[in-house]
Amino acid sequence: MDIAASILVAVMMAATPLLLAALGELITEKAGVLNLGIEGMMLVGAVCAFAVAYKTGNAYFGVVAGALAGVTLAAFFALLVLVLLTNQVATGLALTLFGIGLSALIGKGLVGQPIPRLPLLSIPGISDLPVVGPLLFGHDLLVYLSLALTFLAHRIITRTRLGLTLRAVGESPHVAHGLGLSVRRVQLSAILIGGALSGLGGAYLSLAYTPMWAENMTSGRGWIALALVVFGTWRPLRMLAGAYLFGAMTLAQLHLQGLGVPIPSQFLSMLPYLATILVLVLMSRDAVRIKLNAPAALGKSFHPDR
Amino acid sequence: MTSRTLKAFLLGAVAALSLSAGAALAQDKTKVAFVYVGPIGDHGWSYRHDEGRLAIEKAFPGKVETTYVESVPEGADAERVIQQLAAKGNNLIFTTSFGYMEPTLKVAARNPKVFFEHATGFKRAANVATYAARFHEGRTVIGLIAGKMTKTGVVGYIASIPIPEVVSGINAFTLALKSVRPDAQVKVIYVNSWYDPGKEAAAAKALLDQGADILTQHTDSPAPIQVAEERGVYAFGQASDMSKFGPKAHLTSIIDNWDAYYIARTKAVMDKTWKSGDVWEGFDTGMVALAPYNAVLPKDVVELAETARKDIIAGKRHSFTGPIVDKDGKERVAAGKTATNPEILSMDWYVQGVSGDLPKK
Repeated sequence: MDIAASILVAVMMAATPLLLAALGELITEKAGVLNLGIEGMMLVGAVCAFAVAYKTGNAYFGVVAGALAGVTLAAFFALLVLVLLTNQVATGLALTLFGIGLSALIGKGLVGQPIPRLPLLSIPGISDLPVVGPLLFGHDLLVYLSLALTFLAHRIITRTRLGLTLRAVGESPHVAHGLGLSVRRVQLSAILIGGALSGLGGAYLSLAYTPMWAENMTSGRGWIALALVVFGTWRPLRMLAGAYLFGAMTLAQLHLQGLGVPIPSQFLSMLPYLATILVLVLMSRDAVRIKLNAPAALGKSFHPDR
Repeated sequence: MTSRTLKAFLLGAVAALSLSAGAALAQDKTKVAFVYVGPIGDHGWSYRHDEGRLAIEKAFPGKVETTYVESVPEGADAERVIQQLAAKGNNLIFTTSFGYMEPTLKVAARNPKVFFEHATGFKRAANVATYAARFHEGRTVIGLIAGKMTKTGVVGYIASIPIPEVVSGINAFTLALKSVRPDAQVKVIYVNSWYDPGKEAAAAKALLDQGADILTQHTDSPAPIQVAEERGVYAFGQASDMSKFGPKAHLTSIIDNWDAYYIARTKAVMDKTWKSGDVWEGFDTGMVALAPYNAVLPKDVVELAETARKDIIAGKRHSFTGPIVDKDGKERVAAGKTATNPEILSMDWYVQGVSGDLPKK
């Protein structure tokens, strides 16, 4: 395999879990709901996906289980913030802590067990082409799904009535309510979709990225996904670029070390996070652009009677 | 707050509750506790220490009571966990990671009647012994195998943290590698963690993309073996037999075997003959061993490896035999001499053939 192609494939793999989780958060935030529980949903998604793949021997059942686990946790979140009107920030943080503990508990007997990796969907003949083959035709289901869903989300949000409804709810739930839209139904759907995508992001980690279960294996990716939504100013395609950039930075630090660049490895480990902060700072200089795209009612509880 | 701190907190609560009951029972059974840096299911370092714990239970049925706390971070949490274990009435406490050294010494000073065993450290006290294995002996043997099996002459080394134990392992491996393949090169990537499967896998891929065709690791997860299996290259496992994670890729593993030492030290506590000490064993006592060789290894390679292992046991071969010159050209071990134990345990320089520099102090 050509070196450049193989590095790019590794970048795509590093970016995929981020992209899936960030896309879920983007859709949730577009409906005006801030869910800080991504990390927790990813972890529970990862462990459930692994457990099912381990028990059934089929990684695809694992993918479904990962999504369902994310949805379950998201439903719990929705109950709290939509029905009981709890504070979204506090509830989201609690969901993350809950997810970390719950996933460790579920995964107790699964640490160190091997499973079959999520299969690569290679097309005989075409996938063997140099460079193009592995880059475009040598991935697994979730890599393609993450890309397809990103473009689909872009299309829906900007070009359809459904997207308009979603944005209206996120901009001003009161106006949307006045127009006869069911605000809570839209927000519930967005939260559940967000949960499913976070769960898929987690499933990608435990089924494909490193086919194993390890406690806390997301190691902060949920928070990166959260930052990527702002990074992409709530636009799916910009977020896609951000996710791939972050994936590239993660690998760049390892490559620099392997090449013997005389920079302390501890410093290189900070590099991806440093880059994220830097880009966020640069973006924040243009406050208007952020305000234009950020849902106006983000994080605010809505109740039709109040 | 992570699940680890939560665990430590709960442990504290349990310890407080059982303190009064524990004191009455403490006399009839010898209580032995373990602190692990990773999960016991890491299939590496912590897993092997836990096997040692189980060996104690098997050796003294009904006479010992063992407990463990897993995934304890090396830091403030460690001190709390060790203190709780001491307060719980344990007679002997094994703290099984380098970073537990200071916490262990602090707790030991406060609990003079409890005996402590700290792995891979260099500071001792009247009630704190240290023990470690000469892992570099194993690295010498796998270095020889790697030299015979590499085609590109580039070997990828996934390292954890730049401490002497890791550095001496890299050097022992590189010296052996270059003795069979003089033009070979070792590329090192530190992941700054003992157990981070995602990062270990990414590092493994980066090394392979940079031309390495064999991987070896000084981190505890089998993720690099999985990557090697996927890419169709060879790799060496760490701490325990990792062949089930890559049956084709896995050539052998350096196995840590603590069973005999743990049983002996527990016995010493029972017989009231425990004394602080500093143990450093290798192939000779079986504290360091090798997993079964992969069948793909040619006969002459297995022979080379086995001869080296036997020569090390017989004292005919040493991992660090001079002349050894470091990367900057400075002579570190003179011709005809071998590195002394303190020299190995404080190694902070690379031999020639390792790419990259060690972080300067």
